Amino acid sequence: MTETTTTPATAPRPALPLPETAARGLVAVGGLATAASAFLSWTYSSSFPGDLTVTGYPGGLQWVTLVAGALVLLFALSGYRIRGLRWLTPGGADGATVIVAVGALATTWFTLIAIADELGGLANLTSGGWIAGIASLLGLLGALGLPRDRTESGEKNPLKRILAYPGNRPDLSPAPALPAAVELLVIAVAVAIGLGIFTFGIDTSYGELFGGFLIAASFASWALSRSGALGRLTDITGRHRVYSAVLAFVAAAVFPFTQSNDANATIGVNLLIFGGTALGLNVVVGLTGLLDLGYVAFLGVGAYTAALVSGAATSSVHVTFPFWAAALTGAAISGIFGIILGAPTLRVRGDYLAIVTLGFGEIFRIVVNNLDGVSGPNVTGGPNGIPNIPDLTIFGFNLGNSHTIGGITLGRFANYFELMLVFIAIIVLIFSRSSSSRIGRAWVAIREDETAATAMGINAFRFKLLAFALGATLAGLAGTVMAHVNFSVVPDPFVFAGPVPPNSAFLLAAVVIGGMGTVTGPLIGAALFYLLQAKLQFLQSYQLLLFGIALILFMRFRPEGLIANKQRRLEFHEDETESAELSTAGA
Amino acid sequence: MTDTTIAPGTGSAPAPGTPLLEARGVIMRFGGLTAVNNVDLTVNTGEIIGLIGPNGAGKTTFFNCLTGLYIPTEGQVTYKGTVLPPKPFKVTQAGMARTFQNIRLFHNMSVLENVLVGRHTRTKEGIVSAILRGPGYRREEADSREKAMALLEFTGLARKASHLARNLPYGEQRKLEIARALASEPGLLLLDEPTAGMNPQETRATEELVFAIRDRGIAVLVIEHDMRFIFNLCDRVAVLVQGEKLVEGTSEVVQADERVIAAYLGTPYEAAPGSTADAGSGADAGSRADADSGSASDAEGTIPEEDEQ
Ligand SMILES: Nc1ncnc2c1ncn2[C@@H]1O[C@H](COP(=O)(O)OP(=O)(O)O)[C@@H](O)[C@H]1O
Ligand SMILES: [Mg+2]
Repeated sequence: MTETTTTPATAPRPALPLPETAARGLVAVGGLATAASAFLSWTYSSSFPGDLTVTGYPGGLQWVTLVAGALVLLFALSGYRIRGLRWLTPGGADGATVIVAVGALATTWFTLIAIADELGGLANLTSGGWIAGIASLLGLLGALGLPRDRTESGEKNPLKRILAYPGNRPDLSPAPALPAAVELLVIAVAVAIGLGIFTFGIDTSYGELFGGFLIAASFASWALSRSGALGRLTDITGRHRVYSAVLAFVAAAVFPFTQSNDANATIGVNLLIFGGTALGLNVVVGLTGLLDLGYVAFLGVGAYTAALVSGAATSSVHVTFPFWAAALTGAAISGIFGIILGAPTLRVRGDYLAIVTLGFGEIFRIVVNNLDGVSGPNVTGGPNGIPNIPDLTIFGFNLGNSHTIGGITLGRFANYFELMLVFIAIIVLIFSRSSSSRIGRAWVAIREDETAATAMGINAFRFKLLAFALGATLAGLAGTVMAHVNFSVVPDPFVFAGPVPPNSAFLLAAVVIGGMGTVTGPLIGAALFYLLQAKLQFLQSYQLLLFGIALILFMRFRPEGLIANKQRRLEFHEDETESAELSTAGA
Repeated sequence: MTDTTIAPGTGSAPAPGTPLLEARGVIMRFGGLTAVNNVDLTVNTGEIIGLIGPNGAGKTTFFNCLTGLYIPTEGQVTYKGTVLPPKPFKVTQAGMARTFQNIRLFHNMSVLENVLVGRHTRTKEGIVSAILRGPGYRREEADSREKAMALLEFTGLARKASHLARNLPYGEQRKLEIARALASEPGLLLLDEPTAGMNPQETRATEELVFAIRDRGIAVLVIEHDMRFIFNLCDRVAVLVQGEKLVEGTSEVVQADERVIAAYLGTPYEAAPGSTADAGSGADAGSRADADSGSASDAEGTIPEEDEQ
């Protein structure tokens, strides 16, 4: 198309004019010292959570600094082109080193500032704390002296310039396949690390620790993506899809066994419900490109249906379905609601559709609130909802009771976690199979160009309705579990926006920020959002504000979401990839 | 001059087949503007028919009326004797496929996927079988892929099957649109300016492609500004000026028609080619003048047309 004016492909200068050997040495020493400083005592008082007063053993946030420092060291050594480590950085080590160095500095200083803030002043820091702060700073200074291996994209916006400093994600051609056994091992290790990270995150028992963890995790994943390691991993998992998926589910199923009590399983099961629903919304938003702002209503339909046929004393329908029948009924009724709501609304396009669906979402909640036997027939119990929903019994196995398996006790929520995991597997299977079929191609074609799609013989209205119905069905399925997990169903959670997920706005954000059209994106987005609100309780009153800011920042700087499906990445960053290609060609 | 419009189809010697598409008295009004005014056109099996005319003459609008994107204000379009429903997907189902003047590919799908979307009407596996992936589904999917790859082979895009459509160069995007349309196994292919933006070699290649398509038993109706392309290819050419069909006939007849030359050159230039134009130089003048008018009005023409298909 049009000629893109590209800046000449000269290597941009590093921020600090250090000799290269000095810079490399400084990063390595800084990373090592940062990691080592985690073994020192950082403060005099043990009243800071996690007890950072012990010398000789890291505690709490020091673990995060330890890992961050080790990562800096790892990338620094990879910069020395040490053989085994180069595999981690096919796209260049130096940019990634800058990122982890910033991450190590950020998480360490975050800890030090939190100590000073909570205990009242910098005087509370011991020399160990100061060493940690200085070591991480030295690492960053060294990193800023490293040579840069990408051109600047001629960006004017100062914030974007800073974000572009370490360079773009490399667009590498797939690496040659390793021996199959090695690849399977790599996947297994990656899944195990993933489980470890997730468990650490969910185990964090105080907000400071979660904050530090989140900072380190964000920078580490950015660095791995920048270095090309994540791309490599994606290529490998792509070659062993089924194996990777099964392994991921096994790892998730193992999660409750790593827990000593049921508290984190509660978070886990709610997170899965949220994630499964987000995946359903992904059919509508991500694949078909329809903006649905009232989607949470379908989760509500599923939950209410399951509650009504659960045999609860308060249900207005006095029947007791076995759970498999209740799940199918909930999914089917939700799907039917999808068609009923979709048939009139899908005749409008774009912004109008968003507004109409927003309206229907609200109508659902209001109707449910009023079917209480006073304003209307008694169906849903009005604002009180349907309480005392009995626990499920599957194969004579009461999910409400604790069960001991292999010496480990699984509580009520852990049982439901495992059940919901099965549902997630079903939802993932349905999503991925339908999206890679004739039907999925029709959806994407409609998203890309509805007129061209109809000219290719696609009945756009019918396929949009199908997407709506399938999305609703998947949400309904998740809703049937939700009813039992929460003991009761009330109208409150089914709103457009509220502080607690799932609500339509959070679902949409999980899809958009996670990555539209992908399987893992919405699941990761959902996990992130759920943990954020569950762990950072002190932010409760600012949550919607921060949520809004995060959304704006994402749309500005990473519109394709965390997990970019390759296609959307190209769509949004075409100019940048072009200039990156030019620069590699020139080099 | 006598009316040179050939009575199409019925009996006369040059008609090679039976009527495939018959448009009768098609009128399309946008408010006060009559973009297409009472146009008749017949395409027979095995024919390549050209549709030419200055920019804004209503050619694309006429295509849209034929393919159901617009519902004509008046008139009737029949395909193989049955009246076409004014729904684009039903038109494609019936056997008419088209390309767009402003390329409308599914940019973020791969080249192969674009063609697979074209197979949509000729496949029927639904959501349930897509999820269950039974043998029937897998057979149909494999068959679709095979046919799609064959079409990419046919259009010379097989090497690029896994590229994103948006990353193809312009000329190949046009080819991909043709491959995608062919995937719906049409009896009649409608091409809207298939060589726009192509260099001379690409244009020649497209000419070959259109002949090859005709040889597969698919009739072609083509809008084009490149006169050499049109007169090389077409069995008959219809000239649209200000929404009305001015002339229809063989290349020789159309090239010789003074009204066509006048319509293309505009009256002030009528004497400009100088010589007492015989058919050949007249056509040349027409072709050159068109190139000018085409490029001049393209800049303003493309933008408003974006939304009008
Ligand atoms: N949807 C529409 N609404 C209003 N006017 C239109 C519309 N589509 C086309 N037109 C007008 O109809 C006329 C014919 O346009 P078009 O068919 O695109 O010409 P051509 O393809 O021969 O260059 C132009 O004046 C154009 O502006
Ligand atoms: Mg046109």
